[in-house]
Amino acid sequence: MKWMNSRSAAGIALVAVALVALPFVAAMGGQAWVRIVDFAILYVFLALGLNIVVGLAGLLDLGYVAFYAVGAYVYALLASPHFGLHLPFWAIVPMGAATACVFGVLLGTPTLKLRGDYLAIVTLGFGEIIRIFLNNLNAPVNITNGAQGITLIDPVAIGGFKFSGTTQILGISLSGPQKYYFLLVALAIVVILINLRLQHSRIGRAWQAIREDEVAAKAIGINTRNIKLLAFAMGASFGGVAGGIFSAMQGFVSPESFSLVESISILSMVVLGGMGHIPGVILGAVLLTVLPELLRYGVGPVQQALFGKVLVDPESLRMLIFGLALVLVMRWRPAGLWPSSERRRELAEKT
Amino acid sequence: MMVENLSPPLLEARQVAKHFGGVKALRDVSLSIRQGEVYGLIGPNGAGKTTLFNCLTGLYVPDGGSFIFAGSPLAADAPHEAAARGIARTFQNIRLFGNMTALENVMVGRHLRTRAGVFGAIFRDPKTRAEEAAIQRRAEELLHYVGIADRAWDLANNLSYGDQRRLEIARALATEPKLLCLDEPAAGMNATETAELRRLIEGIRQDGTTVLLIEHDVKLVMGLCDRVAVLDYGEKICEDVPAAVQRDQRVIEAYLGGGHLA
Repeated sequence: MKWMNSRSAAGIALVAVALVALPFVAAMGGQAWVRIVDFAILYVFLALGLNIVVGLAGLLDLGYVAFYAVGAYVYALLASPHFGLHLPFWAIVPMGAATACVFGVLLGTPTLKLRGDYLAIVTLGFGEIIRIFLNNLNAPVNITNGAQGITLIDPVAIGGFKFSGTTQILGISLSGPQKYYFLLVALAIVVILINLRLQHSRIGRAWQAIREDEVAAKAIGINTRNIKLLAFAMGASFGGVAGGIFSAMQGFVSPESFSLVESISILSMVVLGGMGHIPGVILGAVLLTVLPELLRYGVGPVQQALFGKVLVDPESLRMLIFGLALVLVMRWRPAGLWPSSERRRELAEKT
Repeated sequence: MMVENLSPPLLEARQVAKHFGGVKALRDVSLSIRQGEVYGLIGPNGAGKTTLFNCLTGLYVPDGGSFIFAGSPLAADAPHEAAARGIARTFQNIRLFGNMTALENVMVGRHLRTRAGVFGAIFRDPKTRAEEAAIQRRAEELLHYVGIADRAWDLANNLSYGDQRRLEIARALATEPKLLCLDEPAAGMNATETAELRRLIEGIRQDGTTVLLIEHDVKLVMGLCDRVAVLDYGEKICEDVPAAVQRDQRVIEAYLGGGHLA
């Protein structure tokens, strides 16, 4: 199959160079910016996982952060002094994915007959239940350490190579966030590949068929129950992997990180970028992680320069602009910033 | 074009009943469809034709009676199992996967007869690749068979009405049905399109698939069907060869309220 001509090969080479250079460019603005880039990739992970459930199978899930939380806590409990367990990264991450997968099926089973708004409400509740459980599972037996969260979580280490602290490789000094960056990029490429392949497969087509018309999907012999559960399970396991990496990167987790707002912002990434279109979802995740940070750092100094003092708290202005951006995108580009060509055509014809 | 009376029944409905609240949509309807025939189901609007379809394909659970298909009973509430047993259908108000291409619509129809799972999709092993290629090949053949091969890469939503009807038939055929149930396939078609549809259905029958046809176009039903059943207010009032049905007094009354058929 001839799928790569010289132009797309050049494009891929360009993207590769940019990806390698990015953490060093970001480091010029300080290590904080490298961490922001790391988080952008982590959100690409989450958004792609949610895209399976929402974008492909058409099941509106407002509790996706629950699976992120499950993955994060599985890692935290198995690699911290809390239980005195220190299992290696490569062993825990699959466990986190599997546990999140089980929770995905747990959420999926009672919601099989629900669609649209009703499903959204139940999944929203599920997300909150998980968070509240994490908050309260410190008595009678202390499992999650409640609201204080779990600290001193082991950083990722593969073999003897630690991802925290600065190391010298081939004469180049790499900081902790920079090393995580390369790990995240490698994993993100795998995740993107899995997503692309799922989309153009027998299972992916069945998901899309359910999204388009569930009755017709049943009538041609798709076992919608199993296929929907599979979507929940697949999406959840991506969230579980992301959670494990989050835990290791932060060294600390608490239930606070897994609020409803987090679920909503992941969903916004999918919708804003272009539901069901992988490049769009990636764009949405990157934009919604990086832009708020730019505003956070930019708004204060700009006000200082214009008015001589900070009039509006940067944090609240950030949310204001975020909301406005969402409204504008939904008004002018309802299919998302970068929708698939098919979806764009369809919306163009309707309006 | 009579089919021998000796051929065994492919589908038997035994006193199927369905009511919605106080409305009796089906009152103990029994009929039997023989292997290889085109069986017409007609009746005034609201007579219960589509309800019978929905019961047969598992979308509704009948309140009484049962269906025997190819020798064994059908599960009452499992559409995907009815499809697996070999019953495929189209819908009166076309139900395609609108944002998927025509080709993908038919490829989804192959779901039932193929096996690849998540791991096959991710790793694309030779077996999965071969299956995927076979799915696409078969889908292309079916699009060609129903005469819309040139629209393969168009979104189903963007096809003309007649082409959408054909696509729905191609998608149903992709499940390799023994019994193809068509719910008003000629509705909204012009004379040329109807003539083409007739040739298509005749071809399907010749290829060995039994056809159950709901249709209002009298000419089409009379020309195409081996036998016809007439439903009125949820009751089967007549079942016979088309010529006899046309002369049946009860049928004439049901349609014209006691007048004469023009």
